[in-house]
Amino acid sequence: MEGVLSLLSAFFLLIGSFLCLSGGVGILRFPDFYTRMHAAGVTDTLAATMILIGLMLQNPEMLVIIKLILILLMTLFISPAASHALGQAAALNNLPPLVDLHIKDLESASASGDKTSKS
Amino acid sequence: MTMILGLYNYWVVIVLMMIGFYIIIAHGHLIKKIIGLNIFQTSVFIFYISVGKVEGATAPIWQEGIILYSNPLPHVLILTAIVVGIATTALGLALIIRIKEAYGVIDEDEIQAMDNQAMVNQDKEHQ
Amino acid sequence: MVGIALAVNQIKDMFAVVMLAGIYGLVSASFFVAMDAVDVAFTEASVGAGISTLLMLTTVAMTGRTEHEASHKPLLALILVAITGGLLIYGTFDMPYFGSADAAVHNHVAPRYIYDSMKEIGVPNMVTSVLASYRGFDTFGEVTVIFTAGIGVLALLSVAQRPKDDAAIEAINDSMHEKHLILRVAIKTMIPFILLYAFYVQFHGDYGPGGGFQAGVIFAAAIIMYAMLFGLSAARRVITQPFVQLLSALGVLLYGSVGVVSMINGGSFLDYSVLAADPIAGQHLGILIIELGVGLTVASVMIIIFFSFSARREYQQANKGGSL
Repeated sequence: MEGVLSLLSAFFLLIGSFLCLSGGVGILRFPDFYTRMHAAGVTDTLAATMILIGLMLQNPEMLVIIKLILILLMTLFISPAASHALGQAAALNNLPPLVDLHIKDLESASASGDKTSKS
Repeated sequence: MTMILGLYNYWVVIVLMMIGFYIIIAHGHLIKKIIGLNIFQTSVFIFYISVGKVEGATAPIWQEGIILYSNPLPHVLILTAIVVGIATTALGLALIIRIKEAYGVIDEDEIQAMDNQAMVNQDKEHQ
Repeated sequence: MVGIALAVNQIKDMFAVVMLAGIYGLVSASFFVAMDAVDVAFTEASVGAGISTLLMLTTVAMTGRTEHEASHKPLLALILVAITGGLLIYGTFDMPYFGSADAAVHNHVAPRYIYDSMKEIGVPNMVTSVLASYRGFDTFGEVTVIFTAGIGVLALLSVAQRPKDDAAIEAINDSMHEKHLILRVAIKTMIPFILLYAFYVQFHGDYGPGGGFQAGVIFAAAIIMYAMLFGLSAARRVITQPFVQLLSALGVLLYGSVGVVSMINGGSFLDYSVLAADPIAGQHLGILIIELGVGLTVASVMIIIFFSFSARREYQQANKGGSL
């Protein structure tokens, strides 16, 4: 039982750290503010959740688990609100999203798709 | 080698302190000077806390069965220092806001130039 | 952290520099946790990464976002810094190694605090017992310094309230309700929990990391969040200026009167053992009351500072008719 618990908690902690890393990579590589924020917000919340669940499995004492569950609930509540605040601030200040790239790709893709379907 | 391992935390602190010091004296923008002061302060805190750490000890909260604790005395000093630091930073920022209202600029060199100009004008008036 | 400090030096955009300073505070807080200094990490995270970043952002909003180029070469500064750094590194060769248990700092007063704290004061958190009881006079000075900073900010930045401005500003705030609906609803539900957490940290400071300072800062952070979301005038209706000024003075007064009551009861200033029949109960009572005083003063001074900064911003905007 001990071995299974520590293995599970290690698994969750590893997933959490991988998500954090991928969020960081996303912030560096995505082309636009809004997509970067999406990467940061989503992976941040999920990574914190996974890490907290891993910590809960490390030390299955009732008081510690309850405290960690409370922290988890607060994180699930506040982190998306913070991302929303960032996104709304950018939108209200007229930061334009990068839509042109997508439209060009769509046009070229649909043009080639039409050609193949017509012919 | 043991000397480097034993002393490297002091050297990192000194590097941080010197970067903070350089920011204070080499930049003219007042807010950047205050941020440099903050970096300097935090490096001093790191110095004290790293001095207080004992290898193999736990945090200084009494628990059954644990004999070796980290030294609580630097923690107390630094707790006080952090709060006093934020108080002085807040006062400094308030002063910067008033300086901006009075002079219109925040750069130290430009403020000095405006003061010199005002003194020259005052001398001309008195003559 | 060295990388962050170097980046602060190079970057000219003040907004980015302030954000980097906040990150620097957070990274140093995690360093403090690695050094077993949990109380200090708590305080640095809440103060250095929270309040300090907030106040600097407010100042940057009022003073402009970019830094002008330096007009003179910083060669002299570099030489001075290099010489000072070299001298300091030369001085560290005599210092004890990192983590050694027989360094001079661990030998004289600290063992008495560590091993006798439970017997003499009965509080598990040794940092609280040293802060509040063994070195209680220093903490009194610290509370007075915070109070003085609050008075200083009030003297520099306070703005006279004008009723017609209030009505106009409230109209603007109400019209923005639709735009900010999600944030207002989501964060408004979190505020009671944050206040409850502040009280928990205040009174649990004896048994775990915490105490008056951290609790005061967390309390102020909840009120500041409310002020940021709903507008300064709405927050001022909840926490009026005379009330918060009274609270800040009340905290210092509470601290001082505990000392005076100890003197009246026959002990010296701030000697809590004479406050109750049993010395340990007296220590507990004394620590409770002075931590309450500290928490009151810190919370109200932080609120005063933030309200003064934003009132000044509103005053500037009203006078200039636009943002700076």
